[in-house]
Amino acid sequence: MDITEYIKLVFTDYTLRTITLGTTILGAVTGMLGSFAVLRKQSLLGDAISHAALPGIAIAFLITGAKDSNTLLIGALISGLIGTFWIRGIVTKTHLKSDTALGLILSLFFGFGMLLLTFIQKQPNANQAGLDKYLFGQAATLVESDVWTMAIVTGLCLAVMLTFWKEFKILLFDADYTKTLGFNTKFIDILITSFIVLAIVLGLQTVGVVLMSAMLLAPAAAARQWTNSLSMMVFLAAIFGAFSGVFGTAISASQDNLSTGPVIVLVAGVFVVFSFIFSPSRGLLFKQIRFIKNRRDLQLHKTLAFMHHIAATHDDISHPHTIKLLNNFQGYTKGTLQKLVDKDYVHLNGNMWSLTKTGFEAASNLYTKQSTEDE
Amino acid sequence: MSNAQLEIQLIAGLVAVACAIPGTFLVLRKMAMISDAISHSILPGIVVGFFITQDLNSPLLILLAALTGIITVVLVEYIQKTGLVKEDTAIGLVFPALFSIGVILIAKNANDVHLDIDAVLLGELAFAPFDRLIIGGTDVGPKSLWVVGTILLITITLLFLFFKELKVSTFDKGLAASLGFSPAVIHYGLMSVSSVTTVGAFDAVGAILVVALMIAPAAAAYLLTTNLKKMLALAISFGIFSAIFGYWVAHWLDASIAGSITTVLGLVFLLVYLFAPSKGIIAVMYREKQQRTEVSLLTFLLHLKNHDEVEERHVNHLYEHINWQKVRAKTVLDLAQKNNMIHIDNQVVSLTEKGDEFTSKAIDYIITNEDAQIEDMKDDFFLFRG
Repeated sequence: MDITEYIKLVFTDYTLRTITLGTTILGAVTGMLGSFAVLRKQSLLGDAISHAALPGIAIAFLITGAKDSNTLLIGALISGLIGTFWIRGIVTKTHLKSDTALGLILSLFFGFGMLLLTFIQKQPNANQAGLDKYLFGQAATLVESDVWTMAIVTGLCLAVMLTFWKEFKILLFDADYTKTLGFNTKFIDILITSFIVLAIVLGLQTVGVVLMSAMLLAPAAAARQWTNSLSMMVFLAAIFGAFSGVFGTAISASQDNLSTGPVIVLVAGVFVVFSFIFSPSRGLLFKQIRFIKNRRDLQLHKTLAFMHHIAATHDDISHPHTIKLLNNFQGYTKGTLQKLVDKDYVHLNGNMWSLTKTGFEAASNLYTKQSTEDE
Repeated sequence: MSNAQLEIQLIAGLVAVACAIPGTFLVLRKMAMISDAISHSILPGIVVGFFITQDLNSPLLILLAALTGIITVVLVEYIQKTGLVKEDTAIGLVFPALFSIGVILIAKNANDVHLDIDAVLLGELAFAPFDRLIIGGTDVGPKSLWVVGTILLITITLLFLFFKELKVSTFDKGLAASLGFSPAVIHYGLMSVSSVTTVGAFDAVGAILVVALMIAPAAAAYLLTTNLKKMLALAISFGIFSAIFGYWVAHWLDASIAGSITTVLGLVFLLVYLFAPSKGIIAVMYREKQQRTEVSLLTFLLHLKNHDEVEERHVNHLYEHINWQKVRAKTVLDLAQKNNMIHIDNQVVSLTEKGDEFTSKAIDYIITNEDAQIEDMKDDFFLFRG
């Protein structure tokens, strides 16, 4: 299927349009809230909560006997919240560390959920098929009402986030200060955590329990590399998340046998890798370039200092010396020498070099004054 | 009890022991989430291994999957080292990506591969006894029993050989390095053992149960003891107990064995979490309440020492001035009286000699910033605790 045909399909085909819209909205809202999770060092909370939601889904089904996705989501939300607060209880009240608490809740709740799911499967009413789509997610099962739910929740998140922006931001960066200012930190904390749980639960149907944490983290981790401002980061994360949704759906729709969830996660992963490498201020590539440049500058300085050392022993500073003298010196390369010539610090004549007046002055001031000009 | 049932319980028990040993060290080294990451990210290794060998129990597959586990650890550490994101974010980024690759590999080859993700993630212990290992025509038992048994044997051997090294490097990395044990070797050794255990156990019990069996027994044991050997023993017993009891629950409910073992583990942890003698939640809350009362008592005694005026020492004044509720004030007064710190004449409170001595000492400690000493002092002075 080529691109134009695909784009046409997105606007005409009901299923494709629903799925694309759903994954896009989901990507945006998880990216947005994920920024907070990442900055609060709660990255793995998403993983734990998404697993912890499973028993809630099963219990909601056992109680209502219906497979209405909204009821199941409420069950997931409640059990996700219980998991979250139990994690917090373990971390604050015992000496177990947060990683242990996360791993515990994750595996124990999930195992309990599996017990319930297999128990349900043995029940006589055969209505239970399809509950396991929450394990790995099936974007194809999205219908218009699901997308509406997502849109409403996203709107709600946005409204709450804008209302409490100042509080969220200050709590994020200085919790103690927030408390002294008289804000109810517990309330803000619970509010923000609840919304993170909500976003995770919302995504379960689409990408599933296992991959949900990546939806939360990847856009935020990518956005973090491009900016140091919170609002910019949240905005970028939403954009990255949305694009992961669009591209992921497009790729998986254009191929057979390609589930949407994993593809979305991999697309988000590509965003992360790209950001890690190419971000101008933090990226690995530019860091390496800066590193090499600094090393070169240092070598240039070393050569110049060595030359100055030799030239200083002569009355006439521009007395020529043979290049061979520099050979046993580490910082010397043809390149650096040429660079010095270009700067008019050194005069070359055949196999001989001599310092110019400016070169001599620059060299003698090399370690006494900070040179503002970048070499 | 049939032969198959016995074999299932034996496998579950062996898996529990094999997981509890590395799990204890992971919990102590604050790397519990790594086991979760490994259990997910071995999927591509398993899939590729399965393409090559077409046998879920082949040693090559286990090696390949374990290698993927190590790659996960290395990748996480590399990302961490760049300083671009925090450690937990690094874990959260790496394993879903690898898991996605695994899922896609399976999905793309769904037609000719007898391997589905449910089985990898959840395992099915009930089928384990049917996959027999046959050597020279004789049936020597289920394959997974041999796989898990071998892994357990290796783990125990390594544990006995390197117990000292593991212990030192877990509790004091700097000391371990200065004594000449390479922390890196021990770290990657532990990671390799964890990966191999995860892979060996996953096919019997599923990736999630592996995580539960690694973390939950160790965490419960950690709440009960601070002695490494006792912790290992406790973790192993919790694991075995949950494995066997969980099997019977599953048998009774006719549900997934893995799920039921995890649920029993959860209950065991919950019980320990609530009732552990000194670190359980109830003990902690009781201690917090006790300390709150005792701090109030100290504040009250300091107040008495500072004020000679009768009106400042009147019982009613406590309610008004210090702003305590009636019940609280009564608790504090009673405690002080029981400990002979104060006596009350005509509703006017005054310090006894003992109370005076206690308060003076407390002030000394507070002034010299050695507040912690007050805790020890309480043992000498208090007949009754708050």
